[in-house]
Amino acid sequence: MKRLLAGLVTLAMVAAVAGYVLALPRPLPAAAFAGLSGDAERGGRLFHAGGCAGCHAAPGAEGEARLVLAGGREFATPFGRFLAPNISPDPAQGIGGWGLAEFGNALLRGVAPDGSHYYPAFPYTTYARMTLQDVADLKAYIDGLPASAVPSRPHVLGFPFSIRLGLGVWKRLYLDPSFVVEGPLSEAEARGRYLAEALAHCGECHTPRDALGGPDRGRWLAGGPNPSGEGRIPDITPARLRWSEGEIAAYLETGFTPEFDTAGGQMAEVVKSLALLPAGDRAAIAAYLKRVPSAP
Amino acid sequence: MKLFRLAAAAALAVATVGLSAAAANPSIENAVRARKAQMQLYAFNLGVIGAMAQGNATYDAATAQSAADNLVALASLSKTIQWPAGSHVGAAADTRALPALWENLDDFATKYAALGAGAAAMQAAAGGGLDGVKAAMGGLAGACSACHQSYRQPQ
Repeated sequence: MKRLLAGLVTLAMVAAVAGYVLALPRPLPAAAFAGLSGDAERGGRLFHAGGCAGCHAAPGAEGEARLVLAGGREFATPFGRFLAPNISPDPAQGIGGWGLAEFGNALLRGVAPDGSHYYPAFPYTTYARMTLQDVADLKAYIDGLPASAVPSRPHVLGFPFSIRLGLGVWKRLYLDPSFVVEGPLSEAEARGRYLAEALAHCGECHTPRDALGGPDRGRWLAGGPNPSGEGRIPDITPARLRWSEGEIAAYLETGFTPEFDTAGGQMAEVVKSLALLPAGDRAAIAAYLKRVPSAP
Repeated sequence: MKLFRLAAAAALAVATVGLSAAAANPSIENAVRARKAQMQLYAFNLGVIGAMAQGNATYDAATAQSAADNLVALASLSKTIQWPAGSHVGAAADTRALPALWENLDDFATKYAALGAGAAAMQAAAGGGLDGVKAAMGGLAGACSACHQSYRQPQ
């Protein structure tokens, strides 16, 4: 009996240690970013494609004010209330003190400079597909934006979601930097795939999530419950989104559907960002959407 | 037995009719229907001008002017009677209007006025050439979207 108990205790300890190791953050070494030099102009295009302002600009910001990344927007989810942080170049309240490795590990691995996990409300499962050069270019652009001294506010989460270590296990399940849509793609389709799957994070709302909040890659862009609010986000696979490529591109630029309804909700923010891209990029996203497999 | 089933069906029918009569409020339902018709008219007239702006129709000054005049007229309709309290999603059928609209009536009024301003700018530009139409289109799109962003539920 005593031996059995000792065995069980050992087993529990081994399981705890294994779980802890599985949950540890796995940042890239600083050497991965060595020798990279960012191009701010290229970074601006990535910034708009990535929709950074959609979450990190202050609530209600329009026009030039969308380039002040003071944070403060709230996202109510089933896991709690997330508040977008200040990512302006302010050294105290923003990310002005970060090097490229800190910035890159936030985007590609969802790891903060202090080694803790970010919540996936920050769409690093998308940004994980970015190239290292694009990370450097994006940082160069953000470094040149206006600083804001508005302090970030903490997320409001209940137990167990308040335990960040658990996110390590979540990442093992869902942080997959491979592209979802495969197969031979034209140059425009491949560009569209990179824009949609590595930057614009369409899948964060349009792909349904499972019980643990992870994206269901098997039903990519097939729509589902609104992850931060009421209602449903539409299926935009070719079976349901019957618009022509030209109509999709026009929607992403103007917000007008072919019936001249307009984008609302979070999609209104998405359009504000995508409208700033060259027309070829919106056409590429439209071409990509036509290659997404329709859900079973 | 047959009688029993008949009686059960009748009871169910009475209960159903009673329930929907309790839930339905004709004045609310009509208001929802009316504002959706208004939205339909916005979309139709925007579509006439938008097709020209997007290069899918040939620019015609008179047609563009008519559509723009309609938009101004539509945006001048009183918003109060078509947006009664209690006509939000969940409380009324067949609407996606969020309760937040009624919690921010001042902001709703501001956004409604912005739509009026956008329509007026289009009215001033519509007959004067395609470039002016294209420029005014952005303001209208922004005004439509601003309200849908804050106060309309996704599908």
